[in-house]
Amino acid sequence: MEGLPILSLMMLVPLAGAAACLFSGAAAARWIALAATLVTFVLGVLLWSDYQIGGLQWQFTEKADLFAGFSYALGIDGISLMLIMLSVFLMPVCILASWESVQKRVGEYMAAFLFMEVLMIGTFAAQDLFLFYVFFEAGLIPMYLIIGVWGGDNRIYASYKFFLYTLFGSVLMLIAMFWMVAEAGTSDIPTLMQYSFPPEAQTWLWLAFFASFAVKVPMWPLHTWLPDAHVQAPTAGSVILAGVLLKLGGYGFIRFSLPMFPEASAQFAWLVFTLSMIAVVYTSLVALVQADMKKLIAYSSVAHMAIVTVGLFAFNVQGLEGAMIVMLSHGLVSGALFLCVGLIYDRLHTREIARYGGLAINMPYYALFFLLFTMASIGLPGTSGFVGEFLSLAGIYQTSSLVALICTTGIILGAAYMLYLYRRVAFGGQVNEDAAAMRDISAREWVMMAPIAAAVLWMGVYPESFLAPMRADIAVLDARLAAAAPASDARLAPGAPRSEAANAMPEHSSAREGAH
Amino acid sequence: MEFAASFALVMPELVLIGAGLALLLVAAWGGDKAARPIAITAAAALFAAGFLLVPGLHTGGTGPSTLAFGGLFKIDSYALFAKALIYLAAIGALMIAPAFFAGPAAGAERGMRAEYPVLILFAAVGMSIMVSANDFMSLYLGLELNSLSAYVLAAILRRDARSGEAGLKYFVLGALASGILLYGMSLLYGFTGGTAFTAVRAGLTGEMGTGALFGVIFVLSGLAFKISAVPFHMWTPDVYEGAPTPVTAFFATAPKVAAVALTARVVFEVFGAQVAAWQQIVMFMALASIIFGALGAIGQENLKRLLAYSSINNVGFILLGLAVANVDGASAMLVYLFIYVAMSLGSFVALLMLRGEDGCLFETFADIRGLSVTQPAIAWALLLFMFSLAGVPPLLGFYSKFVVFQATIEADLVVFGAIAIAASVIGAFYYIKFVKVMFFDEPAGVITGKSGAAHWALLGITALIVSPLGYLLTPSLTDLADKAAASLFLTV
Repeated sequence: MEGLPILSLMMLVPLAGAAACLFSGAAAARWIALAATLVTFVLGVLLWSDYQIGGLQWQFTEKADLFAGFSYALGIDGISLMLIMLSVFLMPVCILASWESVQKRVGEYMAAFLFMEVLMIGTFAAQDLFLFYVFFEAGLIPMYLIIGVWGGDNRIYASYKFFLYTLFGSVLMLIAMFWMVAEAGTSDIPTLMQYSFPPEAQTWLWLAFFASFAVKVPMWPLHTWLPDAHVQAPTAGSVILAGVLLKLGGYGFIRFSLPMFPEASAQFAWLVFTLSMIAVVYTSLVALVQADMKKLIAYSSVAHMAIVTVGLFAFNVQGLEGAMIVMLSHGLVSGALFLCVGLIYDRLHTREIARYGGLAINMPYYALFFLLFTMASIGLPGTSGFVGEFLSLAGIYQTSSLVALICTTGIILGAAYMLYLYRRVAFGGQVNEDAAAMRDISAREWVMMAPIAAAVLWMGVYPESFLAPMRADIAVLDARLAAAAPASDARLAPGAPRSEAANAMPEHSSAREGAH
Repeated sequence: MEFAASFALVMPELVLIGAGLALLLVAAWGGDKAARPIAITAAAALFAAGFLLVPGLHTGGTGPSTLAFGGLFKIDSYALFAKALIYLAAIGALMIAPAFFAGPAAGAERGMRAEYPVLILFAAVGMSIMVSANDFMSLYLGLELNSLSAYVLAAILRRDARSGEAGLKYFVLGALASGILLYGMSLLYGFTGGTAFTAVRAGLTGEMGTGALFGVIFVLSGLAFKISAVPFHMWTPDVYEGAPTPVTAFFATAPKVAAVALTARVVFEVFGAQVAAWQQIVMFMALASIIFGALGAIGQENLKRLLAYSSINNVGFILLGLAVANVDGASAMLVYLFIYVAMSLGSFVALLMLRGEDGCLFETFADIRGLSVTQPAIAWALLLFMFSLAGVPPLLGFYSKFVVFQATIEADLVVFGAIAIAASVIGAFYYIKFVKVMFFDEPAGVITGKSGAAHWALLGITALIVSPLGYLLTPSLTDLADKAAASLFLTV
């Protein structure tokens, strides 16, 4: 597409901001970071408004042969567009969330976040397999620093675990990428998405990609890095981890595993289903007994992402659309929930649930937002969570009613642990004096929470805005998967058509005869 | 006439030899007071020699016109590429030396000794001869000229017990390795009837006898010692730790380039007809080096020792490129060498900048705690080098692994590639430990000294190469490496 290279510009702005932050003082760095993320967000809005629904599959493409071995190729479809929007939307919120809570080495902190934003946009926009890997993997460096420098007490262990887990998952994917490029003769992602690899090779390639994405998503039993990383990371770090980085795994499945290896995906769907079912039930139960708020939300993330994976591997349009909406919704809602935790953590410096109680009395506005996001996490109709989970589960029901049955228990369990959390934090008596003395949310915190709340309601009431850009791309993907789709267990055998309506009454029919 | 052409081909070496001899006289009469001008002149000579390489580097000399002195030397573009790297690394080693020897780390005798730059020059000549050797005799001459200079360099702090120990260990084990190499050469001579590479190659075609096979194995073992590949790596941590840091920086870069380049030439040009015989040996050394280099580094407290294991680990990846045994693999190996030189030189320069108030040097993990608060520039540079050595994108170290693994997979060595890349995660563990200590721990506050402009300049240049901006170099780097690798395969 001719004109402004808007994707490059969206990466350049935060990059320049990061460089500026590195060399400026605390106050200046905060404002620079906020300005850079807001400018990027505005560019993102421009991107969305310029995106032509029903136009070319790949829009805003850019290509330059800057490097040997791979090229700098960018471009987005509707799926990438939505995930980029999620990233640029959450970024200013993250900066605001760290405004007061981060006091040490502010310049470096803001630089790490802005660099993270560059990499996230790059990952979703990359059209070259190796360029994707570079962006995908480079995120380890800023995240390692964010957890390690600005994290909680056990931050060193968490940062090591995060780094080594994710690195080990990804290197096997790199080997698979080399093989694919050698086989197909190109590293162009759109071309590879149409390339048919031999089925026996697909098995290995799928497993190698799965190693990486399953760690990122994360799927049970590879999820153990996530509670540690979430709990130890600073609030904004948790928001980015839950909001965007987990989506990299889901994005990987929808961009690589499914379209590039459809046969292997069908072959391994049982594996994904089994792991997801265990994750939904097991991590929900684990969440139920957590005493630490952040850990509870971290485990709930694993359960929600399991709904994403079953939706993706349902091999039908509803499942795919549902998985995408769950990803977007979970990005907003879990990010917001981490913000809610961070908000009271900033006041009382503890994440222990028992130290709070009765916050609805002294912090009514806080309680309102917290309630909204709690309900969205449960999947209350009218919030984004409902739309996504309903579509995903409807999709998987067409493929396997057993999986649908077990995954739906996740909604009940989710209601249990989220309401239990909410009751203990916001309702009841004000048992702790210091918690009862906390002030309600400030103007800055209003500015953080209100946009997310609006987006959650928007997505819940009118999801078409978010589904429309992705519809064509999901249809293309569904068509690609159609040949390989596994047999559904809900075999609807059409019987002989009835001669009369099921609720036809004898006297009614006689009345008709009489009218004859 | 023939002779004149030969001399024209070895002009860079002539420049270096002339400068070396002249400076030796200056050193003899001028003494240590003249050390600084000698070092500057030596660097200038290396620069001039490097400049002489430039035309050939681009045109890519190949064919019979590159043979000098009746086939004893072969100055093809492969040799030129290696020489350019060697000279650059040697200049780096000269730049960082004066500040080190001026400080208390140099022990009782302050100040750089006048022999230091002269020995670096002679070592550079030796390495030049090694990489353009086309005959086992010239190979051995070059190797020994380099090794003998290196033994003395390791022990150049005469009153320092560690330095002396390093020099002695290096000498004893180096002599053993030279013996093994000579024995292998004599076996090959006996079974093929020649010492010229072409003659040995001709004698090795067809079915290979046990004696010749032993020759191949002994030659490879001797060379493996020089590049410190597992299982001939034992000397490396001790020598790297004991030798003065600028010398260690030199050992980790220039001689490694020369020895690797030489090994590649020997396996392709001499054993080129017997790929199956050497490929499994090299593959074993590669994987063993990657794994043992990574495992050995985990418990280390001393940073120089850790970097020694890191260099063993990196040699493994370089050998992986070699074990692929085709043009792509050789080109990948050269690209890796270039990036490796930048990364190691940078890391050692950063180590040299860890100075206390009085200029003394620190070299353990305990000393660099919280370096990012007290010395942010050094800490950030070290962060770049460490993540780059770990092969994390978007740093250039990723690209070096990228090309090697790409060549490995394209040659259908998928299993070996998978093992190597999985082992690289073990290596990441201690590289990120560096970052953890510098960024996450409370400051130890002992590193307060200031460093000179030469250190900062070198640190800046290497950090810039390693940073993502370095990717802009990759098209021209790959182009040069491809040309160099192609010239290596002309005889195959």
